[in-house]
Amino acid sequence: MTDLAHIRNFAIIAHIDHGKSTLADRLIQVCGGLTTRELREQVLDSMDIERERGITIKAQTVRLAYTAKNGETYQINLMDTPGHVDFSYEVSRSLAACEGALLIVDASQGVEAQTLANAYLAIDAGLEIIPVLNKIDLPAAEPDRVRREIEEVIGIDASDAISVSAKTGEGIAEVLEALIHRLPPPKGEADQPLRALLIDSWYDTYLGVVTLLRVDEGVLQKGMKIRLMATNARYDVDEVGVFTPKKTPVASLGPGEIGYLTCGIKHVADTQIGDTVTEDRRRAEKPLPGFRPSLPVVFCGLFPVDAAAFEDLRESLQKLALNDSSFVFEAETSAALGFGFRCGFLGLLHLEIVQERLSREFDLDLIATAPSVIYKVHMTDGSMVEMHNPADMPDPVKIEGMEEPWIRATILVPAEYLGAILTLCEDRRGEQIDLTWAGDRAMAQYRLPLNEVVYDFYDRLKSASRGYASFDYQIEDYRPGNLVKLSIMVNGEPVDALAMIVPRNKAEGRGRALCERLKELIPRQLFKIAIQAAIGGKVVARETLSALRKDVTAKCYGGDISRKRKLLEAQKRGKKRMRQFGQVEIPQSAFLEALKLNDS
Amino acid sequence: MAVRAEPLALYLHWPFCRFKCPYCDFNVHIRAAVDEARWVRAFAAAMTRAAEELPGRALGSIYFGGGTPSLMAPETLGAILDAAFATWPADAPVEVTLEANPGPAEAARFAGFRAAGVTRLSLGVQALDDDALRFLGRDHDRAQAIRAIEAGQQAFEQVSFDLIYARPGQEPEAWRRELREALSLARDHLSLYQLTIERGTAFAAQVRRKAWSPPPEDTAAAQFEIAQEETAAAGLPAYEISNHAREGARSRHNFVYWRYGDYLGLGPGAHGRFIPAGDAAGVRVATVARRKPEAWLEAVEAGGIGEEERVTLSATERAEECLMLGLRLAEGVPEARLRAASGQGFDAALDPAGLARLRDGGFVTFQDGVLAATPEGRQRLDAVLGALLA
Ligand SMILES: Nc1nc2c(ncn2[C@@H]2O[C@H](COP(=O)(O)OP(=O)(O)O)[C@@H](O)[C@H]2O)c(=O)[nH]1
Ligand SMILES: C[S@@+](CC[C@H](N)C(=O)[O-])C[C@H]1O[C@@H](n2cnc3c(N)ncnc32)[C@H](O)[C@@H]1O
Ligand code: SF4
Ligand SMILES: [Mg+2]
Repeated sequence: MTDLAHIRNFAIIAHIDHGKSTLADRLIQVCGGLTTRELREQVLDSMDIERERGITIKAQTVRLAYTAKNGETYQINLMDTPGHVDFSYEVSRSLAACEGALLIVDASQGVEAQTLANAYLAIDAGLEIIPVLNKIDLPAAEPDRVRREIEEVIGIDASDAISVSAKTGEGIAEVLEALIHRLPPPKGEADQPLRALLIDSWYDTYLGVVTLLRVDEGVLQKGMKIRLMATNARYDVDEVGVFTPKKTPVASLGPGEIGYLTCGIKHVADTQIGDTVTEDRRRAEKPLPGFRPSLPVVFCGLFPVDAAAFEDLRESLQKLALNDSSFVFEAETSAALGFGFRCGFLGLLHLEIVQERLSREFDLDLIATAPSVIYKVHMTDGSMVEMHNPADMPDPVKIEGMEEPWIRATILVPAEYLGAILTLCEDRRGEQIDLTWAGDRAMAQYRLPLNEVVYDFYDRLKSASRGYASFDYQIEDYRPGNLVKLSIMVNGEPVDALAMIVPRNKAEGRGRALCERLKELIPRQLFKIAIQAAIGGKVVARETLSALRKDVTAKCYGGDISRKRKLLEAQKRGKKRMRQFGQVEIPQSAFLEALKLNDS
Repeated sequence: MAVRAEPLALYLHWPFCRFKCPYCDFNVHIRAAVDEARWVRAFAAAMTRAAEELPGRALGSIYFGGGTPSLMAPETLGAILDAAFATWPADAPVEVTLEANPGPAEAARFAGFRAAGVTRLSLGVQALDDDALRFLGRDHDRAQAIRAIEAGQQAFEQVSFDLIYARPGQEPEAWRRELREALSLARDHLSLYQLTIERGTAFAAQVRRKAWSPPPEDTAAAQFEIAQEETAAAGLPAYEISNHAREGARSRHNFVYWRYGDYLGLGPGAHGRFIPAGDAAGVRVATVARRKPEAWLEAVEAGGIGEEERVTLSATERAEECLMLGLRLAEGVPEARLRAASGQGFDAALDPAGLARLRDGGFVTFQDGVLAATPEGRQRLDAVLGALLA
């Protein structure tokens, strides 16, 4: 246990790629947390996907011992946080365990959308912020301009911002000194009843559920009987420890300290993030203020390409959910795609990451349906249903009205691309709230329906700005929308997987685009195929795929026979991946391709 | 031992060509010199050994395919034929087909081949247009092709020739004109093949790097339809997807393939399908010979028959092959044949829903125990088979 005056807790926050993880590595290295041999690049990004894609998904924590210039040794607890909007709830959790934050800004780029979003989260949490200008080794670095930008755009004093290069190590010593001198130590009495904030929990194959927490008051010890205040469950503490970043057991954790405990909890679901841990015999009177749980906002169906892989998919989803409490799923059946699961995500990146992990770690071939948001459907009988799946749309005559979620989006973009970005936002039913300038970059704030953002908005944003725009959003509120369900029919039979909720005035255009696309994607067959888009019972677009005119092997003699038979057998196996629509069979791959394009 | 009712078809592969055509994926090798006497000995030895598995069978047809078997000396061919007739009795008269290129060198040997015992000539004319022949990489021109057809018709009682259509840039009406000319030259049999881009050929590489593209499906379909119309009007209707003949002039040998009869394949890369003797279950095997000429020769000289692979076909595989081949013929597949080949009837081999849809759509007929593809169905046979098989 360390006395409070010698503890500093801080988070590293930044826009993605501005160098959080690299800086964290450098701090760990300087403090001797790992030998050079052990220090892999970006030690804190522990999942393969994190390291490969260079994104931090889970907040990570490390305890370091730093001997300052004044000769005293401090315990510093560092939390690296995700930079992506989908994971901002992870950022808020980390911030709740800290007194200060290092706000990293890439000096060659400047303030970006998530710099802003994360800085505001830190300000709201009452943290002391130390601005850090990173990558000054780059010739394009402009620390003075970026310093001004921090002051103008974020509105915090940046005169003491520290210039560093996480790559070369320049300025790292100043950062460590600033942590000691500019951040306040934690407060809290060791003799009070235990109160520790449950920050995160995950499943470890050897230890079971591991819980990350920050002690506010009292002392947490091995062997202690604890109680989780929200769930009232009791456990015996098996082990208490810290990450250095190696997992290292310690005898106890006192006020201000961050560490983990294991206590025989079976399921991650049994731990509630933001809960307060207390001692069973000597309970605290009041829990710590928690934080609101993260809720999924984007939904899609995931179906195995091979129907036989359904149970594998279920198992894999269960395994993923063990370490990702924000990911939810339930079984779903689709006429077009068979048995699968309706899954909920924090956002599109989260969705993409889960899909990628399923295919990579679990080796599953999947089809994902178009992402959808949660609509509030007000029925004529006065009731309200939350709809996650367009297939569940009630009969329109029973609907009084519908509401859809809106977001507040912040977009930072160089002047030359502003026009294209504004057009994109207007196109997506955006309402401008504000447009300001930071040097030669514009900061646009828009209200947008989330529904418009889940359809390839990021991709459009990136291509319209050649990758220079940054984007962040918060869910704001629900607003009434003139929305309809667009159904796609093949030979008169609805393809549930392609149904989507769209604003009425865009329904026809979307329907036409989808029909044209399907016509390209579905291979010609023995029978002609009618592809229609409809709203309610009314057909708004129609395409006809004419029948196959010729499809026969010209020669079939000796050697060709075995080869031809093998092709035929492959064709027969392929039939199992086809879905029957009236007289025609459509390969799932056609739906998959159609689902990739979801826009007008 | 009783002679089996079905005569045996013998396929002999001559793997040598003077040059390699850019579309061709047959087992073809180019050699500066070929020791023909050595090949005669090898074929004779291979036949003697293969006959042990096929005792008491009578020969119905012999096919010299290639490659370019017309490159061998007539005496060589005659010696191989003699060996065949010394091995198996003949189910007289035996059809003996020779594949030939229409070059002047070959045409000069036609009389010799006739004397050696060839009864039927199959000429690889490919096109009646000099530009097209050049595109196809052939070493003969239009005039030589016509002369070869005429010389062949003088020498042999049966003559057929091959044309390749659906060439890039070929208009359907240009094909009609070429085909009409071909019909005026043909006596009673024609093979009309749509140009197929086979994997691993020079054409496949050219198409992949987009040097040119085969015509779109609709154009190829129009050309196929023209082939049906024109040959029928000339009295040589299609009896198989790509084969057209006057009644009675059909190739007996190829019918064995399509009716799923027994055939023995000898020579490099040759395939065979037959029921070996002594196998009580009467199960059909599929054999493949070693592809490299030298490897095949050495294997035979070491006492074998040059076989590289032999697999026993499962009942499902036999049913699939029987249907896949038989439905190429206008006459269709009688249920009795399917049963004899695989032990399965139509009810087990076919997808009932698929069959119903295909009948309703006019792609197949099912009458008096015979399943047949209609002209519409034959034109789309690959898709029909996909829908039909369970
Ligand atoms: N030149 C230079 N590159 C840096 C520096 N810090 C980080 N990077 C690079 O910037 C990229 C993003 O860094 P990372 O630490 O993963 O960013 P994060 O997304 O904020 O965690 C990586 O390619 C780093 O190597 C720096 O100081 N100088
Ligand atoms: C074994 S090959 C040729 C025999 C002989 N060597 C010749 O070229 O005349 C038999 C026939 O198959 C046809 N053929 C070969 N490859 C083809 C392809 N890729 N597409 C269409 N027909 C082809 C040709 O018409 C050829 O005459
Ligand atoms: S088409 Fe005939 S000549 Fe040309 S390579 Fe093939 S077998 Fe030889
Ligand atoms: Mg990172």
